[in-house]
Amino acid sequence: MYSEKLMDHFTNPRNVGEIPNADGIGEEGNPTCGDVMKISIKVEDGKITDAKFRTFGCGAAIAVSSMVTEMVKGKTLDEALAITKEAVAAELGGLPPQKMHCSNLGADALRRAIEDYKGRKGAGPA
Amino acid sequence: MRYFDYMATNPLRPEALEAMMPYLKEQFGNPLSLYDLGGKARQAVEDARAQVAALINAKPQEIIFTAGGAEANNFAIRGLALANRQKGAHLIVSRMEHHSVLNPARILEKEGFAVTYLNVDRSGAVDPAEVEKAITKETILISVLSASPEVGTIEPVDEIAAIAAKHQILFHTDAVASAAYLPSNVDKPGITALSLSAHEFGGPKGAGALYVKGGTRIMPLIYGGIQEGGRRAGTENVPAIAGMGAAASLVKAELAEGKEAARLSGLRDKLIKGILGGVENAYLTGHPEHRLPGHASFCVEFIEGEAMLLMSAAKGIYAASGSACSSKALKASPVLLSMGISAQLAQGSIVFSMGGGTTDEDVDYVISEFPPVVKRLREISPYAGGWGEAKENPTCIQKN
Repeated sequence: MYSEKLMDHFTNPRNVGEIPNADGIGEEGNPTCGDVMKISIKVEDGKITDAKFRTFGCGAAIAVSSMVTEMVKGKTLDEALAITKEAVAAELGGLPPQKMHCSNLGADALRRAIEDYKGRKGAGPA
Repeated sequence: MRYFDYMATNPLRPEALEAMMPYLKEQFGNPLSLYDLGGKARQAVEDARAQVAALINAKPQEIIFTAGGAEANNFAIRGLALANRQKGAHLIVSRMEHHSVLNPARILEKEGFAVTYLNVDRSGAVDPAEVEKAITKETILISVLSASPEVGTIEPVDEIAAIAAKHQILFHTDAVASAAYLPSNVDKPGITALSLSAHEFGGPKGAGALYVKGGTRIMPLIYGGIQEGGRRAGTENVPAIAGMGAAASLVKAELAEGKEAARLSGLRDKLIKGILGGVENAYLTGHPEHRLPGHASFCVEFIEGEAMLLMSAAKGIYAASGSACSSKALKASPVLLSMGISAQLAQGSIVFSMGGGTTDEDVDYVISEFPPVVKRLREISPYAGGWGEAKENPTCIQKN
């Protein structure tokens, strides 16, 4: 049901954890529904230099989190915001139709982390 | 491979395969044909009918072969309700039932029947007193399964049968999950119908049976020819039926001896002790004592069931889960929720079910290899330290 690449990201997930003093944190999902993703990012000069995640969820949700955190590193905020659920799924070698929402969750958690970063930057002293 | 999913299916017993082979090869006749080739096939079906009847202490003519357990359940609910509609239009079913009981009941609701869904206690047990309370003048059928494949709990079928007999109400029990492990005896007042599935006790897939007590009216699901006394049309699946009969005979002998059930109960207790001892924040689901031999089911906190299954499978352990993500419907198990288990804890459902091929060494392997799976997934989970502010949200909208 899952591609080899997805299984690799599930069994050896990259970037597990949280960044101390992260610049932005985003969470999406609800444990009663099956998955929750929490992504933290480090931003320098408008680029995401580091990203980490913690995920409660199925194999696809964990693999998506791992892949999203890999994909955003080195990207500008706008480039990162342009990452779609389809792009994440494609990078993982495809997702079964009933698991596409996991991919959505990854893109949404990332978007929230970026919004959090922008909000903090706007509110606090630069 | 360490196979711990006997509730999903069983390997075919070699004796069952052997019994099937002639009817897959040279004895290919249609049981309705008059020449001897047909006669041989007819004899195979009738021999199997006697073997299946013997398993549950029924008369051969009370056994109707079906294409499996789901058909047997559909047939019982729909067939008995429709045939007895003139007596009333109320059904009682438990919330522990398989979809193949619940969904026909829901369809009947749309057709004008009223259905009471019985709540269960924390162990998943139906209270016979609740069954009796739910009975109205309109009640024509009660259906409560013999044991739950999801949590292993054995239901008080004899007590419920006695209540049904007292009120002269038909009673069906789905014995699909229990048939390989517990003796079923329909030769007592109260049990009108009982469902069986061959592949749940070492027979082939595609064969099942519904016991219907002699003299009970039932409407067919499938109309056509005169097979199965006109109650189930269609040329018989002769090889599968022959295999089911052979498997039924073996199970009957095993149950009479009792050694296999005792062995599986020992393995079950060892596995439960090992998992609860090796994994913090893991809970046994289902009844601690009144449970199927060979059935150990848990909810593990802070992680999700499908991920546990996949990571266990990577170590060669094949188990099952009732989590939302492991189901195609993406809904947490209604059985676990009906037992009062929270939706988030239900996500951590894992079920190990054992059978004839399970060894002591397999159980040792799971006891040593499963806790690291939990540990690894908790390292990834944001809730490793507790649920925190995670909130209950019973209506999960899946965005696509």
